[in-house]
Amino acid sequence: MTRILLSIAVMAVTTYLIRMLPFTFFRKKIKNRFVQNLLYYIPYAVLSAMTIPAIFYATKDLPSSIAGTVTAVILAFIGCPLIVVALAASAVAYLTMLLMPLL
Amino acid sequence: MHTFRKGLMQGIGIALGYLSVSFSFGILAVQSGLTVWQAVLISVTNLTSAGQVAGVGLIAAAAAPLELFLAELVINIRYALMSLALSQKTDSAFSFPHRLLASFGITDEIFAVASIQKEPLKPAFMYGITLIAFLGWTFGTWLGAAAGTLLPEKLTNALGIALYGMFLAIILPPARKSKGILAVVIFAAACSVLLKVTVKWMSGGFALIIASLAAAVFGAAVFPVDPEKTEVQE
Repeated sequence: MTRILLSIAVMAVTTYLIRMLPFTFFRKKIKNRFVQNLLYYIPYAVLSAMTIPAIFYATKDLPSSIAGTVTAVILAFIGCPLIVVALAASAVAYLTMLLMPLL
Repeated sequence: MHTFRKGLMQGIGIALGYLSVSFSFGILAVQSGLTVWQAVLISVTNLTSAGQVAGVGLIAAAAAPLELFLAELVINIRYALMSLALSQKTDSAFSFPHRLLASFGITDEIFAVASIQKEPLKPAFMYGITLIAFLGWTFGTWLGAAAGTLLPEKLTNALGIALYGMFLAIILPPARKSKGILAVVIFAAACSVLLKVTVKWMSGGFALIIASLAAAVFGAAVFPVDPEKTEVQE
């Protein structure tokens, strides 16, 4: 219990400081080009590494995870809104779970 | 009051999006062994998607505080850049206390909406947009954590993919337009799979840190971008 609350506090304080410190104290622009580039690419790298391979276990069932992933990739690629991609991936994964036993 | 209301209105879309994504987070948190209130507490104090998902995974794995700190640092460092960009766009009404308070609400989506405003940012606008997004995020988490277990198991399992679907929707459209981003996305995914398969003893948090840093360093070295454009795109 205490461990969990401590963990939540570490998450919250870390996340807050990352947002607060630059917004409050930093007024100059970063000049170092490599650092700028690193900061630019990090969000994409993190989100990609978080998603793959985890997305293939996301529904606890491989066929439905694959179906949901394919749906998400196609819809994301053609530029559908975040929420549409998220819900469509879930819907297709759910339908796959329901239909697989019938095949 | 007018500015505050304008913020609220602009945040409605964000709040609706957050509702269903945080619903899926609430389910995930409870499935990982947290109580409903711990799940809600995480959303109230963190207001971030990827960082919370990783955090819950690490808490379930009984990770050390240092590991949590490093994982949150790497996952959320993007906010430093957004917060930096927004700090250059603030109205003179943004005093020190306002900065302390309003910075809590800098998420990807709020940043995206705030950064495209034509006029300088006022504190009231940031409070309006943050408040409604925060309510959507918190309420959705509570709903998912409390009622997620009442849904059929197949349905809750299927909702587990929603967050990852959203992550793909964030990274793929820019990857289509930029060779550098595409390369970084593929590099990061390949590293992540490689670490998962080969280094089984490594915790998920450190694997994530290594895979992302390696991919970002690769991108910065091989596909340097124009810093001026970087500011605008982020």
